[in-house]
Amino acid sequence: MNEKKPNPLSFQLDVSAFVPATQEEKESLVIMRESRSFWKDGIHRLSKNIVAMVSLIVIVIVLIFAFVVPTFYPYDYKTQDKVGGNTPPMGYSTQEQAKIDAGEFVFPHFLGTDNAGRDLTVRIMMGSRISLLVGILASAIIMLIGSTYGAIAGYFGGRADQIMMRIVDMIYTVPDLIIIILLMTTLKYPLQSLADSSPAFHWINTLGVGLICIFIVFALLYWVGMARIIRSQILSLKEQEYVTAARALGSSHRRIIQKHLLKNCIGMIIVTTTLQIPSAIFTESFLSFIGLGVAAPMPSLGSLASEALSGITSFPHRLLAPAIMISIIILSFNLLGDGLRDAFDPKLKK
Amino acid sequence: MPLIKEWLTLGKYIIKRVLYAVLTLAIVISLTFFLMYLIPGGPFLAEKAPTQATLDALNAKYGLDQPVYIQFKNYVVNMFQGDLGVSLKQRGRTVAGIIGSKFPVSAKVGGLSILVALVFGIPLGTVSAYYRGKWTDKVISVFSTFGIAVPSFVMSTVLIIILSINLKLLPTYGLTSPLHYIMPVIALSFYPAAYISRLMRSSMLDVLGQDYIRTARAKGLSTFVMLFKHALRNAVLPVVTYLGPMLAYTLTGSFVVEKIFTIPGLGKEFISSITNRDYPMVMGTTIFLAALIVTMNVLVDIIYKLVDPRIKLQ
Repeated sequence: MNEKKPNPLSFQLDVSAFVPATQEEKESLVIMRESRSFWKDGIHRLSKNIVAMVSLIVIVIVLIFAFVVPTFYPYDYKTQDKVGGNTPPMGYSTQEQAKIDAGEFVFPHFLGTDNAGRDLTVRIMMGSRISLLVGILASAIIMLIGSTYGAIAGYFGGRADQIMMRIVDMIYTVPDLIIIILLMTTLKYPLQSLADSSPAFHWINTLGVGLICIFIVFALLYWVGMARIIRSQILSLKEQEYVTAARALGSSHRRIIQKHLLKNCIGMIIVTTTLQIPSAIFTESFLSFIGLGVAAPMPSLGSLASEALSGITSFPHRLLAPAIMISIIILSFNLLGDGLRDAFDPKLKK
Repeated sequence: MPLIKEWLTLGKYIIKRVLYAVLTLAIVISLTFFLMYLIPGGPFLAEKAPTQATLDALNAKYGLDQPVYIQFKNYVVNMFQGDLGVSLKQRGRTVAGIIGSKFPVSAKVGGLSILVALVFGIPLGTVSAYYRGKWTDKVISVFSTFGIAVPSFVMSTVLIIILSINLKLLPTYGLTSPLHYIMPVIALSFYPAAYISRLMRSSMLDVLGQDYIRTARAKGLSTFVMLFKHALRNAVLPVVTYLGPMLAYTLTGSFVVEKIFTIPGLGKEFISSITNRDYPMVMGTTIFLAALIVTMNVLVDIIYKLVDPRIKLQ
């Protein structure tokens, strides 16, 4: 057998010279970096923003104080001590002083007690809990109603859009706080009778009529801003090719709105909702301050401030503490919202 | 004839806005009436329960025995004649009379606050935009960020604690001397001033980047004239749109501030009528304030269109 020497000019290939590439070789050929998702990108940008991160930390601390600490705090928000009230910050009532003299340990009242002998520190923590709950839940309601309404109006357009947006315009022109006050003064009665009428509605009493009133009025009046923003987003998004493609593939309207349109405004929705929280807390504290809102003994930051108003000359700290707390909460949510806007919607950055 | 056409579109716009306002007010009035109607218990169920005969006579006298829609019609007709009913708690006084005597007090404090907010907010925003990124801008931004986070009742109480209790400089309650105005006006104007300075800063930044500002500079105008004569005119427009919401804020803010400083104005009256369940008073004040806010909003919108020729009328 005389093996034929290959002609150096031949184009015939030797199969044995080819082997499958190893994993490393494959990876070395990928020039692009690993793709970054929308979320990772936004969170990365957010983590670079010092102000937003500090306010996020502050919010987490406030949340811990409002929801975790009261459960194992030695005092609770409603136990009264008729004789030992009105102690100054870090002070003790006479009985407590006697216990301390006897060598027992008494947990200090960091901010003193109020005129009914209730520990002010825990009351402020509970008050922050109510304020935060109202802010977050109300914003969630607003987000649900506003984004659905705005998306439907923007997606269908035409006559439906016109009618829906006229309704929004109308609610927009209504002076909201005055109507809220009116609703709060009147809604109490039908709600109360509803709660008393059947055991199915007893939860109204446990939550408090005032609190439910707040949610109702927020759900009725405050979603319009959200609806406007989402509608204008949807109007431009629905002209994009992927929506046409989805429609050509036979997606239902519902699916297009849910999977394609709303998902693409998610950054906007998050930012608007975050900025809604402080304004809801603002409104709630205003309402509680003028005597509407949550019922005693449940404290809210606004009602705590309102209660302390009569003793302002002798116990200014009782007013200052809830006042500072409200300001901290509103400020940090505002700053976090601004940070989120810069991170998730760079186009809006001014 | 472009001019006539322009005026026609303007007229159309005004008619549309006024119609909206009327519709809104109609909704507010009917909402107020029917919500109040739903409240159980009549106005005559006081501590001493009257006999059925007296009750019937009273109901007949005030037309409360008639069907709802007739009562509603009567209420609306009376309202247009300036009659908002009688206060339940302040015997012998009409709601319209109380509003007429209390509102001027609130208007004085509120008007002053709006003025102060504009006088401070506009220059602060302008200066902040001009020194963008410098320490002046940073100081002003810190002020405006805090300003929009502090509710008016927090501001008022902090002012009282510092200025009245600790320094003993200012009186805490009443409205008898010019000194009494200082704290309520600061408390009411703090938020709007901060908000205006933010608005002003961002619109001023837009304006300062435009060509005609460069021209003004090239002509050798002083910074002051350039900022406050050339740039301000265009940059101030967003603030005009804020006038309506600012009025609403000042009116509702006055509820709290008047309560804290015991100012005998409409806001304090409104709050006490809510706690006293003086329903005709609550209804009357609600409608009065709503009408005021809605009217002002329409006026502001029309002024805005008149002032800025760049805005297209639809």
